Amino acid sequence: MTGAQIAANALEGIRHGERKRLAAQLFNGFMYGAIGLAFLALVALIGQTAVKGLPGLSLQFFTNFPSRINPSTSGAQSAIVGTVYLTLLTAVFVIPVGIATALYLEEYADKTRWWNRLIEVNIQNLAAVPSVVYGILGLAFIVRGPLGIGPVLLAGGLTLGLLVLPVVIIVARESIRAVPPSIRDGALALGATKWQTVSRQVLPSARAGIVTGVILSLSRAIGETAPLLVIGAASSPRFNPSGLNDAFTALPIQIFTWTQDPNPQFVDQAATASIVLLLILLGMNGIAIVLRNRYEQRW
Amino acid sequence: MTPVTSTERERVRTDLVRARSARSAREGLIKGILVLAALLSIATTTAIVFTLLQQTLSFFGTVSPWDYFTGTKWTPLLAGDQQSFGVLPLLWGTFYLTGIGLLVAIPCGLLAAIYLSEFAKPRVRKAVKPILELLAGMPTIIFGYFALTFVTPTILRGLFGIPVNQFNGLSAGLVLGILVIPTIASVSEDAMRSVPSSLREGAYGLGAGRLQVALRVVFPAALSGIVAALILGASRAVGETVIILIAGGQEPSMTLNPTQSFQSMASFIAATARGDIPQNTLKYETIFVVGFTLFCVTLLLNGISAKVVGRFRQVYE
Repeated sequence: MTGAQIAANALEGIRHGERKRLAAQLFNGFMYGAIGLAFLALVALIGQTAVKGLPGLSLQFFTNFPSRINPSTSGAQSAIVGTVYLTLLTAVFVIPVGIATALYLEEYADKTRWWNRLIEVNIQNLAAVPSVVYGILGLAFIVRGPLGIGPVLLAGGLTLGLLVLPVVIIVARESIRAVPPSIRDGALALGATKWQTVSRQVLPSARAGIVTGVILSLSRAIGETAPLLVIGAASSPRFNPSGLNDAFTALPIQIFTWTQDPNPQFVDQAATASIVLLLILLGMNGIAIVLRNRYEQRW
Repeated sequence: MTPVTSTERERVRTDLVRARSARSAREGLIKGILVLAALLSIATTTAIVFTLLQQTLSFFGTVSPWDYFTGTKWTPLLAGDQQSFGVLPLLWGTFYLTGIGLLVAIPCGLLAAIYLSEFAKPRVRKAVKPILELLAGMPTIIFGYFALTFVTPTILRGLFGIPVNQFNGLSAGLVLGILVIPTIASVSEDAMRSVPSSLREGAYGLGAGRLQVALRVVFPAALSGIVAALILGASRAVGETVIILIAGGQEPSMTLNPTQSFQSMASFIAATARGDIPQNTLKYETIFVVGFTLFCVTLLLNGISAKVVGRFRQVYE
């Protein structure tokens, strides 16, 4: 090999390395661009909501009912109260049913049986059904049809409950699965029955994950608009629901109603209501984090 | 110690038996309650399919399925000759807007996933992940508000000078994309992180650079999970309602021009179904037909995604 060849090879090698480095830099640019874009979108989203909504955020917004004529005296009391009630109702329905189903599938079900596998697959599929379809179910089955209770608070709670039930089950199952078998074996060896083992050992050990999962599912329910629109939540009612059989609205519905208003001041109120909704969600996520940190168990 | 008489022993034994049978009865009862809860999910599915199917069949008693699946005009709310039940515009609106969204979400989501899984330092990862989660947990109604009041007037008309309608597919599609980025990013990141590090180390040992390892080793190895992530994202966009309802307009159209107004299957349902819609009318039945179509489309997408994961999954020790 002559010196010239060696030099040429070396040059080739450097060029190759340079090209590689250039490609790497280019790709780095793309990656930062992608993250940056997502970040920018989030900033713009929150910024727009804050800029338009914050001026309207006053005590009056919480205490007044939505007005159709005068934006300056309009508030979102009925929507805020409705959202709180709906969340509680959904929780009351979804917590026992979700945990019971998760316990059955994890602790009792024989997974070689076709019906248990059917239940599992079914829950996976239900989790992917669009929320508007749950609205149709609520309209045809709960508001009218077999239950026929009308577009009332209870119907809203049940519809949202059915909607988030699969998510609650999936999260609860994961937490239950994370409890090591040795805990169960120990309890059983001491003579505990199956249910004693499950209720006194497994469930308390899994509660951090379950509680977190339930809260996060509920925050999904709070943000849902489509199913409540379909079942016929009231738009801008000037009263709070006084019972389960009363007409209701919720924050997302009120936001939607306001975005449809030709008066731009009402459209700004949609942003104010969005801020309230986000604050509620933030609060719930905060609670979830606190609970997770307090009860989390490491094995 | 006094000797235990046989009658005493007998009594203790029957007590034990009784206690045991009471216990097993209680255990059985509890199991029964749990089974009942589990069956509720089956009942939900049955109820969904039953209601959708019942009204759909009734609808097809009036309108022929051929007209429904091949018609290019969707005007169910008009009267007389103007009325037409071709679902293609709704299907088109659904997939066209989903396509626009994926055009944004696939590159962004995948690049973010590659970055988080292969390049980011743990500290950066810890900072970026919550941003994605925040984006994922945001109610879609706020995205709709954002599309209507910011993306359409400020970005599209203002920044890019595109003469879009107040309600247009471009804005709705783009925001749909933003909505789906976290889904695609976090699911594909999980897939890439589950690729064992021995693969990476092997490639480094052969002289590969970081970029090569990420794109030629990790990415292909995680492909099944990534494809599943993309389908999941698409399925989410297909089922999304309010963004399109608020920003995309409520006019079904079959145009390629994204500055026009569009309607998707989900947004048609939400625009039409309200609590006061009269029952046993053709209008009422259209909600269910379109709902059933949407249900089948998302079911199909999920089926494909499950198949992809099942068939191409690489199992590592």
